[in-house]
Amino acid sequence: MLLDVGDSRRLRFLAIGGIGSLVVGGAAMAFALETSPQTQQGPGAGTLPPASVATAGQGGTPAPAGPAPGPPTAPRALNVVVLDPAHGGTDPGARGTGGIQESEITLEFATRARQALEQQGFQVVETRQGNENPSFDDRSAIANAQRGAVFITLHIASTGIPGTVRVYVNADLPPVKAANGLIPWDLAQAPFLGLSRKLGDLVQGMLTQHFKGSPDAAQTAAIRQLRTTAAPAIAVEVSSVVVNDRAELDHMVPGVADAIARGVAAFKPLYAMALPSGALP
Amino acid sequence: MWLTTLLVFAVTGAAIFAPILRKRMERAAQLQQQSEEQARRELIQPVPMNPSDPRVKAELFWLSDADSSMLAPVVVELPLSSDPVLRSKQVLNTLLAGPVDVELRTLPPDAVLLAFYILADGTAIADFSEALATSIPSGIQSEQLAVDSMTHTLEANVPQVKRLKILIHGQEVETLAGHVDLTETFAVNADAGPSPATGPAAGKTGAFLVQPLTLSFSPVKLTGR
Ligand SMILES: [Zn+2]
Repeated sequence: MLLDVGDSRRLRFLAIGGIGSLVVGGAAMAFALETSPQTQQGPGAGTLPPASVATAGQGGTPAPAGPAPGPPTAPRALNVVVLDPAHGGTDPGARGTGGIQESEITLEFATRARQALEQQGFQVVETRQGNENPSFDDRSAIANAQRGAVFITLHIASTGIPGTVRVYVNADLPPVKAANGLIPWDLAQAPFLGLSRKLGDLVQGMLTQHFKGSPDAAQTAAIRQLRTTAAPAIAVEVSSVVVNDRAELDHMVPGVADAIARGVAAFKPLYAMALPSGALP
Repeated sequence: MWLTTLLVFAVTGAAIFAPILRKRMERAAQLQQQSEEQARRELIQPVPMNPSDPRVKAELFWLSDADSSMLAPVVVELPLSSDPVLRSKQVLNTLLAGPVDVELRTLPPDAVLLAFYILADGTAIADFSEALATSIPSGIQSEQLAVDSMTHTLEANVPQVKRLKILIHGQEVETLAGHVDLTETFAVNADAGPSPATGPAAGKTGAFLVQPLTLSFSPVKLTGR
């Protein structure tokens, strides 16, 4: 099946449940769908796996990281955490006094969070390890290639009371009917909002134990990075780059890492429960 | 001898008055800067208030004095037009001008509202100068509060606006300053429902492509991208 379409920019879709592979022909205005011989399994058909990406990205497809997908009917537990140290490369993110750059500090937080999560038994994938700046879609694609994953994007704010940390969940998205198991790339987060909220509240609760004055529950914001992510996904934003001394942020690194690891561990059973109930698409 | 005395007096006098003089000069420079800023604002103000319009109690949303992670309404008495487009421009320009306490502003002082339209379906399109994106402090919190201050202010004062699309210099941009998504519209009235730009299409017939393709087109692309 080959269809001509008018706009190749947004033609990226997610295959849910490994039912097919979608080929986006670079900048060409056509794509094709190959249906795999596996059973076409719609929402509500017993045990449902999290979304998997057939093909993502425009032209240069980011290589999916992590383990090869298992059979679509196998129940999967949460075992991968994709950590996204936001910004990097030509994008320094928020800049504070004394040359503090968000893009540098997020790497520091990610490194420590990785250690804490690995101690909890999770496999950790990072969207960048050096001073690169993958696109929003590239970063989402890394998460969308995983099965049994959550996604956490790490930020340092320009505002907020120094020493506090906020968790954000994506704002409401229009409901997506996963027709034939496919949801548009642009709305990949829509089916996961409920789970993202649970993960967000858990991580926020752990953070607030460490950092007094932080909110009690996750907040919502229209975060570009989360919208294209097909997994429970949250943003963690630390305040702030406007500190007198970078050491003030460095002191927060262990607490943030610990709170993320304990929050994700607390979320793990909720994720497993959501799988057979059909809460995931 | 009298010469030395005079010299001593002169030096002492200079020592006393120099700091006062410097302060005065600084103050003068500051005033000059302020009046320049004021003049520029008047120059760019596309919709001056019409004093003959009825003065109404407009609600402007800036940062809360008690908690700067939140917005709070400030009631400002303004002569507002009954035309929804003019009225929107007037309240947004007032929002841009900022509150009395500049610490509580949500939008950068150098940002300018270049154009404002309301489509037939209630989608408002606000086109701002680059400064909105380049001067705003980057971050999820600061960017979301900036957008919320606009949507809340429009909601409180212009019932005809159902949702808001923000452009930068006539173009759709991916994010405001690296975080908040500007490719979609923001709900202004809670009952506005999902934006037609992203609302799911009803059609189930034919290939699966029908639905996502419908979803992928944005009716508010006015910029010819
Ligand atoms: Zn950031």
